[in-house]
Amino acid sequence: MKEPLIYEISSPGRIGVNLPECDVEQTPLPEEFLREDLPLPEVSEVDLVRHYVRLSQLNHGVDKGFYPLGSCTMKYNPKVNEDVAKLPGFVHTHPYQAPCAVQGSLFLMYHLQEFLQEITGFSGVSLQPAAGAHGELAGVLMIRAYHESRGDHKRTRMLIPDSAHGTNPASTTMAGYETVKIVSDDRGNVNLDGLRAHCDDTVAGLMLTNPNTLGLFEEYVQDIAGMIHECGGLLYGDGANLNAIMGIAKPAELGFDVMHFNLHKTFSTPHGGGGPGAGPVGANEILAPFLPGPIVVMERLDESCEAGEDWEEEAYCYDLQMPASSIGRLKAFYGNFGVCVKAYTYIRMLGAAGLRQASEDAVLNANYLLSRLKGIYPLPYDRTCMHEFVLSGPLPGTMDVHTIDIAKRLMDFGFHPPTVYFPLIVPEALMIEPTETESKETLDAFADALIQIAEEARGNPELLHTAPHVTPVSRLDEVQAARKPVLQCLKG
Amino acid sequence: MSYIPNTDTDRAEMLKAIGVESVEELFDDVPEALGYPDLHLPPPVSETEVLRELREISEYNVDLEHAPCFLGAGAYRHFVPSVVGHIIGRSEFYTAYTPYQPEISQGTLQSIFEYQSMICALTGMDAANASHYDGATALAEAVVMAVSVTRGKRRKIVMSAGVHPEYRAVVRTYTQGAQLTVIGDTTSATDISSLAEMTDADTACVIVQNPSFLGYLEEPDALRALADAVHTAGALLVVSADPISLGLFAPPGDYEADIVCGEGQALGGGLNFGGPYLGYFACRKKYLHKMAGRIVGQTVDRHGERGFVLTLSAREQHIRREKATSNICSNEALMALAAAVYLTAMGKTGLRQVAELCYHKAHYAARQLSTLPGYELLSEQPFFKEFPLKCPRPVEEINDYLLDEWGIIGGYDLGRDYPELANTMLVCVTEMNTKEEADLLVEALGSMEEEA
Repeated sequence: MKEPLIYEISSPGRIGVNLPECDVEQTPLPEEFLREDLPLPEVSEVDLVRHYVRLSQLNHGVDKGFYPLGSCTMKYNPKVNEDVAKLPGFVHTHPYQAPCAVQGSLFLMYHLQEFLQEITGFSGVSLQPAAGAHGELAGVLMIRAYHESRGDHKRTRMLIPDSAHGTNPASTTMAGYETVKIVSDDRGNVNLDGLRAHCDDTVAGLMLTNPNTLGLFEEYVQDIAGMIHECGGLLYGDGANLNAIMGIAKPAELGFDVMHFNLHKTFSTPHGGGGPGAGPVGANEILAPFLPGPIVVMERLDESCEAGEDWEEEAYCYDLQMPASSIGRLKAFYGNFGVCVKAYTYIRMLGAAGLRQASEDAVLNANYLLSRLKGIYPLPYDRTCMHEFVLSGPLPGTMDVHTIDIAKRLMDFGFHPPTVYFPLIVPEALMIEPTETESKETLDAFADALIQIAEEARGNPELLHTAPHVTPVSRLDEVQAARKPVLQCLKG
Repeated sequence: MSYIPNTDTDRAEMLKAIGVESVEELFDDVPEALGYPDLHLPPPVSETEVLRELREISEYNVDLEHAPCFLGAGAYRHFVPSVVGHIIGRSEFYTAYTPYQPEISQGTLQSIFEYQSMICALTGMDAANASHYDGATALAEAVVMAVSVTRGKRRKIVMSAGVHPEYRAVVRTYTQGAQLTVIGDTTSATDISSLAEMTDADTACVIVQNPSFLGYLEEPDALRALADAVHTAGALLVVSADPISLGLFAPPGDYEADIVCGEGQALGGGLNFGGPYLGYFACRKKYLHKMAGRIVGQTVDRHGERGFVLTLSAREQHIRREKATSNICSNEALMALAAAVYLTAMGKTGLRQVAELCYHKAHYAARQLSTLPGYELLSEQPFFKEFPLKCPRPVEEINDYLLDEWGIIGGYDLGRDYPELANTMLVCVTEMNTKEEADLLVEALGSMEEEA
């Protein structure tokens, strides 16, 4: 099953593409500026295609099988999304073309902003952040800019529950704030007494994920919001788990001031093996002026913008604008537009009822899967879950079987393992998110596999320790990789 | 909805197994008064309808397949071989998540390892990461990294005005909470030696872009002298570079850069109205542990066979939380794959050929344009594929005329960012521009002056 490195199939003189001849008179090259050698591979087109096709076959993806990776919402990626994102009018537009020449792109961005506002209840959305963590950085910088704008310089602490994604404290540090950890209570909620003890005039805000990373809806979310607002702080929403509550509750109405979206989770855009994603950020009327920009605005048509002549909404055109007190640009240009096209398409196809259905079935599927596994795997927080739930790895009656072994053994059944060892507050965590796009048959097959693995853990633990058995490579030595880093195949 | 397999029968069985009467019961924790808001979204449409709608929206754009284009300024129209789309269009690649489970992610992992190797080859650096969001955020992360390498004690960033204006803005956004001072980019005329003069014991890094935003190539000797001065002061030299230019010109490793990063969109990525793009990032080995982002490393499996894993994750947010080198989690992996496929297709000779075509065609266009009355090149400095052209009237006026009367997309208005460069157009010519297109631009500008 080994595929050689592309450099190992390289042979001097081969070329992978035919380029045109130069059609103009040549200009002498400035010799002292030139490089001597360029160590890139030399392969023919057919070598190239076979190499990458064979590599692709070593991957597991949503299109190949179940991918219940908790917190990542690995739902099916509709194929029509891929097709529309490749329309020449979208692919071949330059970000610096005059607004009048890119009204289609601006129309789409404007209406996606509006859709996301409507789904969450926020009054402004910027599509600029390129990923969830990028949106978090935007949100924390916005909170910071808000406090600074009021001359309130003593707020330097961001409160973060111990169940939070690692990106929350990391984003907080990047924004120049100190992180304060808030413990969870025995029902998996933010501990209100613990929170209250930290609420004072040095608090910039609280970063809350709701449903949280245990897959549980914060039972006292409104009290939490009240407490934070009372001490002058603001409430940041990590929108990674929005897939549970579309059409069920609007985050802005729950008390959140600012939140990022993960279009690559909730809104079905594929994750690309790590990216690109898109992490738009939404804010209420207090924080909207601080949004990163530019954002797209709709303007009454005037002489400077002629594109509206035969436009559906005749009296309007679209333009780019920096919000009044913007934290500034977070990346070049306007965001991951190609990803936005896919999310727009998804929302247009589902509509309000479809989005609510998606959330309801995501939660139904998770609770059904939980009902099949409860009693077999320890469940630290026994509550109705939202779109995901967290089991604990140490199986009663087993010795020396860890979550990593269970995860690796799942691969032998053709499943991608759940998220493991996160959240940190659950020992040996297995975080399972089935999503709404999986059938009952798939959920049953997955449950059956986990039940069988639990039996194997007692009867034949070696089978787990040596797993996986049917994958392109067996268990890999991650310690060696870190101890003696080999990060490229060239000399040096 | 075809994306949801559950039937009402399935739902009834599942509710029964859970032990509840209705789906609503599962949402009992949601505050009752706030539950089930009406979402005012347009009524849903079928696949046929959505295809029509999106095609219509896309057609309100003037697309570059139908208009000769001389616009660059950080986003470039280069040839994308067909193989790129076919490979990144394989859903084994695009429907995978970050390769947390290496045994079933070797495709992604090995392709990133190869990408890292090719980025090292291009830049002359020792190690590369798996990508950043774009060239601007890669540069901002380079600044954060340089501050960290100098143990957070140095608070000054010296940045050339030749760095892309939006990258400079992003560096400032990223560092607004960090009490850093960014200097050096107040005038467009910043030269390399003046950057060295600004560097002192409080400087974490010096940033140059090569070719500069204005398209000019910096002298390798001057860059080497700058690197010496920067290193003597104990700071890092960060270079932002167009990767296509590195097919032809000296890699920043040759002139002793410490971090090399930039926009990789030109490597097999479309223009896509500004994103998704690709931030590439590479550094010297000694700074490896301060680098942000995912890194793939080679290792062995239980049977001693070669395999690849995400490594050095003790730098990252999911392990180190508030002490991580960065908050980055998702990156632009699929665009990195596109870049790897592109660089493989181009190979050792092809990338140089692309760069040479850009160089010759841009110089041809520059010669022709500078013969027009009222037009002249801003300077005689050597350039790669872009050059500033002084114009007899506002660039916006010229571009409106070019688009309306000739269907040509003109260059970038440098007056937007550099007040002293009003009426100066940054003209970009790549291998995609034919001689006829360049001649047409000359003809169009000529007739504009005749009509005026």
